[in-house]
Amino acid sequence: MEPSPRTATSNPPVAASATAANLGERDLVRRSASTIPPPARQLEPVAKLIDVSKCIGCKACQSACVEWNDTKPGLETNTGIYENPHDLTPDMFTLMRFTEWENPQSGNLEWLIRKDGCMHCEDPGCLKACPAPGAIVQYSNGIVDFIHENCIGCGYCIKGCPFNIPRISKVDHTAYKCTLCSDRVAVGQGPACAKACPTHAISFGTKEDMKTLADSRIEDLKSRGYENAGLYDPPGVGGTHVMYVLHHNDQPEIYSGLPKDPKVSPVVNAWKGMAKYVGFAAMGLAAAAGMLHSAFTGPNRVTREDEEKAEDLVKEKT
Amino acid sequence: MATTSIEKEDAIHPGKPVVVSRYNLGARVNHWITAISLILLALSGLAFFHPSLFFLTGLFGGGQEARAFHPWIGVLLFFSFAGLFIRFWRANLPEKSDREWLAHANDAIAGNEEKLPEAGRYNPIQKFNFWVMSLLIIALIVTGIAIWDQYFFDWTTIPQKRVAVLLHSLAAVALICIWIVHVYAVIWARGTLRAMTRGSVTGGWAWRHHRRWLKELAEHHRFKKPATPAE
Repeated sequence: MEPSPRTATSNPPVAASATAANLGERDLVRRSASTIPPPARQLEPVAKLIDVSKCIGCKACQSACVEWNDTKPGLETNTGIYENPHDLTPDMFTLMRFTEWENPQSGNLEWLIRKDGCMHCEDPGCLKACPAPGAIVQYSNGIVDFIHENCIGCGYCIKGCPFNIPRISKVDHTAYKCTLCSDRVAVGQGPACAKACPTHAISFGTKEDMKTLADSRIEDLKSRGYENAGLYDPPGVGGTHVMYVLHHNDQPEIYSGLPKDPKVSPVVNAWKGMAKYVGFAAMGLAAAAGMLHSAFTGPNRVTREDEEKAEDLVKEKT
Repeated sequence: MATTSIEKEDAIHPGKPVVVSRYNLGARVNHWITAISLILLALSGLAFFHPSLFFLTGLFGGGQEARAFHPWIGVLLFFSFAGLFIRFWRANLPEKSDREWLAHANDAIAGNEEKLPEAGRYNPIQKFNFWVMSLLIIALIVTGIAIWDQYFFDWTTIPQKRVAVLLHSLAAVALICIWIVHVYAVIWARGTLRAMTRGSVTGGWAWRHHRRWLKELAEHHRFKKPATPAE
């Protein structure tokens, strides 16, 4: 297995010795609306771990994201909420979502801050829904990426996503979301948000390392009274390459509606599976029925007798 | 029997052969705008339906263009079909004799029309196609707007859009099947296409396929002289 960047504890310097650029065509495991050969090599799966219990809501991750991706989220008006911008946009790939939650057991007010963005599902609904060949790809390290030159702006990815993440730009009519800084990871660097986080609430490395790190964090949280602390790595979508450490993992919904058991909607599965077979079968049957009918009955021709009958009728009435 | 099946433009031109006007110029233009829109919609829609047909977007200039044009063509089709609907819905209302005709559907399919009750301007299979097409087009415009994210994203929730896109694809498949039946029937019953090109059919065609319509026209003295071959 090819090594992936390990930046769980520190960010490596950009050096000549950094991993040779990867994440090219040969590292694809899935390509939307395409059948591709299995990749020649397997990259070590990576993951971003977001420890919600360590987040202070400073939005440095958002700033780093905007800076690295060179996006320009527009100014919005203050509507009395902490979220800024108010939602994910084509220019804001990650967003701190704030919830004031009263813990019914302790009576404490807890300020739950969750960094929202693409979860990089192992079984990506967006990619499944996408009709444009190569507009959405998944690399063997788990990163799901949008290739804008192939995107047609149909919004099917929005319907496929169980997390409500992709946004279509009104400017270039293509879909945008967090890339997990695939362009940084490709050269051995961690994502910009992880690099900027002042409390190390965001870590990045191999998925295995991140799980180990999460375990130690969960143990710590449990020792401090958060008995339901746990890792959010939802199996319904095959696990994700962005994971959360949640102090209340038994009720992820309290973190601004993080779904408890996300999976690709059965409606999307029916649309992308059964509907295609039924559709082609029905259209094929209709065409075949016509051909068979034609072969067995031949054309239905107007006869000389029909014309004479019509002429007689007309003569009779005129 | 009510004479609901005669349209204003219908007229018999006596002669040899007898010619019967069936569709005036407005109806024909309206029909062909609808037909062309439907074909363009099927081509662009099928491109999004299955990856093996994505190449069809090339006919529209690319994926982005096909995505942008498809809903607008849908709007055109909706209004164009609405025109056809207003023209022809009366002639497509079910009648008592349709039941008996359908009881002999086997004979209709086998082409033994002499065993069938005489059909009016439309036979029950044509009427069925007309109403199913009307319902499918309503379903397609409603579900289509629900997934026309460029302008109507906020009108529906994402779970609603998922249902809409599934129904849209199934309704489109059903419409394409109905369209195949429609086109095949026109080819099968020779002499039908000229009704939508020249606007008229021969008396023999009317006698064979829509005898009650022809008889009603004669009964009401809907004659036009002199017979002009073009109308």
